Amino acid sequence: MLVLNNIEVIYSGVILVLKGVSLEVPLGKIVSLLGANGAGKTTTLKAISGLLKTEVGEVTDGSVEVDRVRTDKKSPEEIVRMGIVQVMEGRRLFEHLTTEENLRASSYVGGADTTVRQDLGRVYNYFPRLKDLCKNTAGYLSGGEQQMLVIGSGLMAHPKFMLLDEPSLGLSPKLTQEIFGIVQRINAEEGTGFLLVEQNARAALNIADYAYVMENGRIVLDGPASKLRENEDIREFYLGLSQVGKKKSYREVKHYRRRKRWLA
Amino acid sequence: MAVDVLQYFVNGLMVGGLYALIALSIVLIIKATAVFNFAIGHLMMLGGLFYWTFMVALGLPVWLSILLSLALAAVVGALIQRLTLHPLIGQPPMASLMVTVALMYVLLGLAVMLWRGSIMGLPAFISAEPLAFGGLTVSRQFLVSFIICMVVFGIFVAVFRYTQTGLHMRATAEDHQVARAKGIKVDNIMLITWVIASIAAAVGGILLGLRVGVGPPMTMIALKAFPAVLVGGIDSIPGALVGGLLVGVLEQLAGGLIDPALMEIAPYIVLLIALIFMPYGLFGLKRIERI
Repeated sequence: MLVLNNIEVIYSGVILVLKGVSLEVPLGKIVSLLGANGAGKTTTLKAISGLLKTEVGEVTDGSVEVDRVRTDKKSPEEIVRMGIVQVMEGRRLFEHLTTEENLRASSYVGGADTTVRQDLGRVYNYFPRLKDLCKNTAGYLSGGEQQMLVIGSGLMAHPKFMLLDEPSLGLSPKLTQEIFGIVQRINAEEGTGFLLVEQNARAALNIADYAYVMENGRIVLDGPASKLRENEDIREFYLGLSQVGKKKSYREVKHYRRRKRWLA
Repeated sequence: MAVDVLQYFVNGLMVGGLYALIALSIVLIIKATAVFNFAIGHLMMLGGLFYWTFMVALGLPVWLSILLSLALAAVVGALIQRLTLHPLIGQPPMASLMVTVALMYVLLGLAVMLWRGSIMGLPAFISAEPLAFGGLTVSRQFLVSFIICMVVFGIFVAVFRYTQTGLHMRATAEDHQVARAKGIKVDNIMLITWVIASIAAAVGGILLGLRVGVGPPMTMIALKAFPAVLVGGIDSIPGALVGGLLVGVLEQLAGGLIDPALMEIAPYIVLLIALIFMPYGLFGLKRIERI
């Protein structure tokens, strides 16, 4: 179980970004984190993976626990070794290395060649395309292939929990579907827990077990994904539907009133 | 005439081997930490001075002196990384760059304080007797030194290309944040890089010391590795090899065939021209930009 207890994050010593965020990711579940731009979703992920420390941010209050062990004071390297892997937004990979080198470099253990080979096999099993591209320079892969590669790289570390940041960013609807399908497969077959940050709320709610909605550095709503899919506010703001299930006209929405009620 | 050209060419290769090794040391540090190490010549000098101390002052056998100097150079490299560059992680690269400039003067001062700053000869353990191949003559010492440079170069390249540590070094070079997100211990990688680069520099320092004596003037010769690095491509290991040999050959050809005074400036003229037409150098990584 990955647990955030009321964490507060401050950047550069002054900018308060997260104002008491609590959430849980049970092992083997997919949990989705939704919210508008600047709500603090990525910051939440970085607080968990420790990458905040590379960006002059710090968790100043509350705690992050993985199976009851506190991780918020640990370095990113140590956190990866505890089985928490963040796949960063924007398909960040080692551009000048080949596909296979990217995967190998992500195997922090290194160790015996046979285990690395096994792990490679596992990744290629989920992403057969990567096997065909194993000698290609990663920087020249297509967006979808790069997304596959970064998720595959994450798998090389045998994560208990994977934090995915916007895996659908800039991908076609079809590729998004494919990637999400693979996420579900990894979740089912490896028992990996996922914390999924997404703008594409519809796709995220379809595969998630549970979801949280963030606004302005706070969790404003949470519940089982099936329930949130039916929630009036979610339907209106994230799925673009009106109460009767039709596409709504944006002229009629009174955003300010809705938002006010949410934050109250 | 043809024989002359060939002779200068061979001489150039022999000299260039050393430049290539020094260039490798610079490139390794650039690749892993994105810092251009201006103090490379001074690290080299230190390696040579260590060797002189063990070999001449303490009278130890040659193999032991070499081993001890390389070990000591490794320690110095590690100390430099931990004490001066490690605290600057996260600061603008210019800060680290200036640290290496400061190191130049600190190491030079150290050399003057502890070793009086004069040029000291090293007893040759390789006979200087020339070998003749057809019409060409090659000094045995140059040849052995060239071979040692190439072997050391080969070892480091193999480590860089085929080991997990080498892969992690290359990954670290590309993006520190991503590397840390993957569990790579970037701190350790930087330390290892400085250790390896310092050892490479010390090997160069001992070899160069055998030829010209150890002391502060050695550092000027190390400067020739700068054009080698830039012509070859600032982040390319094959580039360091080709660049080093190219600079050696050009300086010998220009010095021998045109004017001995040209020897010192020929590499820099080539550097200027090369950078105008190939800003990435011969083998430098092109920036991959996706639109």
